[in-house]
Amino acid sequence: MAAGYNTISLGTGRKEFNPRKPRPGIEHYIKEAGQGVLEQIGGAKNVDESVIGNFMAGRFNKQGHLDGFIPMIDKGLSMKPAVRVEGACASGGLSLVTGIRQVLAETAEVVLSLGFEVQNTVKAIYGADILAMAGWFKNRKKGHAYFFPGQFSDRAGAYYEKYGFDRTRKGMARWYANAIENARLDPTAQEYHNATPDPYATALKMQPNGKFFVDHLTVLDCSKVSDAASGITICSEEGLERMGIDKKDAVEVVGFGHAVRDITSDPTDLTELETIKYAAHQALESAGITIDQVGTVETHDCFSIAGILAVEALGLAAKGEGADYVAEGKTGRDGELPFNTTGGLIGWGHPTGGTGVHQAVTIWQQLTGKAGDAQINISDDRPYGLTINMGGDDVTVTSIVFKRG
Amino acid sequence: MTYNERLQNVAVLGAAGKMGSGILLLTAVHMADLSLQNKDKTYVLYAVDVSDKALTGLMDYLRVQVRKLAEKKTNWLREIYADREDLIENFDIIDEYIFHVLSIVRPVTAVEAAYGSSLVFEAVNENRALKVKLFTQIHENNKNDVWFFTNTSSVPIHLIDEEANLGGSVIGFHFYNPPAVQRLVELIKTDNTKQEVVDFAYDFAKSLKKIIVPSNDFAGFIGNGHFMRDGLHGMKEAEKLAAEKNIPLYQAIYMINKITQEYLIRPMGIFQLMDYVGVDVMQFILNVMNPFVSDEELHSDLLDKMMEQGVKGGQFSSGAQKDGFLKYEKGKPVAVWDVDKQAYVAFDDFKAAADTMLGEIPSTVVPWKATLRMKNKEEFFGKFYNDLKNTETLGAEIAMRYGKRSKAIGEKLVSDNVANNADDVNTVMLTGFYHAYGPINNYFE
Repeated sequence: MAAGYNTISLGTGRKEFNPRKPRPGIEHYIKEAGQGVLEQIGGAKNVDESVIGNFMAGRFNKQGHLDGFIPMIDKGLSMKPAVRVEGACASGGLSLVTGIRQVLAETAEVVLSLGFEVQNTVKAIYGADILAMAGWFKNRKKGHAYFFPGQFSDRAGAYYEKYGFDRTRKGMARWYANAIENARLDPTAQEYHNATPDPYATALKMQPNGKFFVDHLTVLDCSKVSDAASGITICSEEGLERMGIDKKDAVEVVGFGHAVRDITSDPTDLTELETIKYAAHQALESAGITIDQVGTVETHDCFSIAGILAVEALGLAAKGEGADYVAEGKTGRDGELPFNTTGGLIGWGHPTGGTGVHQAVTIWQQLTGKAGDAQINISDDRPYGLTINMGGDDVTVTSIVFKRG
Repeated sequence: MTYNERLQNVAVLGAAGKMGSGILLLTAVHMADLSLQNKDKTYVLYAVDVSDKALTGLMDYLRVQVRKLAEKKTNWLREIYADREDLIENFDIIDEYIFHVLSIVRPVTAVEAAYGSSLVFEAVNENRALKVKLFTQIHENNKNDVWFFTNTSSVPIHLIDEEANLGGSVIGFHFYNPPAVQRLVELIKTDNTKQEVVDFAYDFAKSLKKIIVPSNDFAGFIGNGHFMRDGLHGMKEAEKLAAEKNIPLYQAIYMINKITQEYLIRPMGIFQLMDYVGVDVMQFILNVMNPFVSDEELHSDLLDKMMEQGVKGGQFSSGAQKDGFLKYEKGKPVAVWDVDKQAYVAFDDFKAAADTMLGEIPSTVVPWKATLRMKNKEEFFGKFYNDLKNTETLGAEIAMRYGKRSKAIGEKLVSDNVANNADDVNTVMLTGFYHAYGPINNYFE
């Protein structure tokens, strides 16, 4: 993969965000991300096919038929194949693995992979309805007004009960603090302007209150409502050459996993993300590496508890010890294994259908030294990056292993 | 008749007005919530006003406001509608709730609609004769044991009771503007008010999450009793300042407005507040109150002049401020009315000179907003006003005098038995006028 591009993640937190004023629509985001990639690869002529990932433009923006927006990016994309993929918040990841399969199938040498969501078109209480469609609609009636926070609140509640409230909250507060501190280093991040003096203390002090939100999570445990798009190219070695991109400016996809759980069944264990565990191990296995060779991870922290559970799913900590692992700072940017180095879904933002692509762009930036102020040190003995992108409550998961080019 | 039964048939008179629409909104939502919990009962709320146009506007206002309220209690609504299998998403549930609330409200122009009501809220003009006429008519034609809740902010309740021959079925239930937001309600009972009416009023206020302050039945009650005199003092101070310093009155108005906002640390200056209430409303209330006081003259020639010149303040239906003593741009005052030339003079034309005359304000001052979450308010105000006392500037001198006058007004409300105690006066000014400290304090001694 090469030539990644992120728009800013617009929403609460950004100084330029004003919910009362008109904002750019989906056309703007698709175009900016698409053109941002094309400028780095010698133009649209070098693209064979495109994939666009999006979750709910049909409701957030009343717009379907999204592959039709690809030729709008550049006339050079006209009359070329394009496809839209959807797998809830894993739509971006599906955009990537679809592109990877196209390259592996040798139907394309260069695939333009995009992902986006423009969510600030409705108030949060209605956005919750739209996002709830990532669950089984037959469960919507009995669910919480804020459906997904409700689902993950149940997971957090189960974790508190099993492993202790205070201990878990410390891990969750640290997760939030890491997200904010990392986001402050990336100018495109939604929490880039966040100036809270002590994010850890703020998060630790705030207590979950079911009367105002959900029982076991605070708003700081939640990812952002975001408008953003990301793009990157997936290519073969021939494709890379055609685009005139040096290998050192690209990352190699050395393995990936893709798994789906039955959406109509409840998770067997609320304190475990089994699909994430399955897909991430599949990715590591297909890459022929172990987690201790990975230098950085971008995981799907739609809620802080999901970050902690992903740490456990990756085998970095035993069950029930993920919160401690995080609380000890091991996932921080200077920690044992830096996670979500530009803020993740809580700090950078969560444009649902775009998140998977954003994760790949971040890994590409880190492994090629293009992460600016957010750059971490990638040592030679751990040259790999890993992404985990989740749709719904651990239903659809894609996971990709990248290596420095 | 139980609390619930009393609320099954209600009318709001003057429902499309500034206060009436807020009262209607709160009552409609409360009745809708009761009806959702008592599904076998029918609830009806008549919104009575004089024009169909205003009532159409009222229904638009209701639709928007009920949505906002519903969005804040979606969890509760999901529980209430748990048995409605057709209502799944928040979208569906909130829409259904809005429809439900609106379906309780019957907008009408005929006062006869209230003949079947058990409870009547009144928020028509501050016109005693009109209030008495409406109450008499409804009372005579109503076969229920109808109770009247008047929102009057100035007319003594016992006079309404006597003149409309209501036999103690009336109580003053005075909301503050805007009723949907302000938590204060002044409750005014008379010697004749039935205890069951009083009990209901307390229960109703509690359901609406309002803070009740009882006021005795003297024209103006506590809120206007303080504000009207405070406003008169502001106008007198401006006239005095203009005469003593030989400056134009408009400049003095600017200076007093600045002192009352910045030195007294209030949400807005006194002239801006008079504009907010409305110059016309203020004059009207003073006219209602004045005949009932013997030891002072509640009247202002300056107000009369403003009215003659047609400069009235008040608000547009959108809630935006109309020009009055001050002219507003995007809600902020930018110019002041010159009664001699009958034109606005921009602050910029004289601000520098006026501010220099007032002198430096002690550096320990903070804006009103910063005091809202202050934990050590008493300590802060004690220190700041001590600093001000030791400041020899014109601004400090006028501010100290103003603070003392404000306290004297508050104390007189207690000694005249309008308020039962100093705490009630302070609560009204804190919650109804959002002052940062009550007028009865020791800061200005």
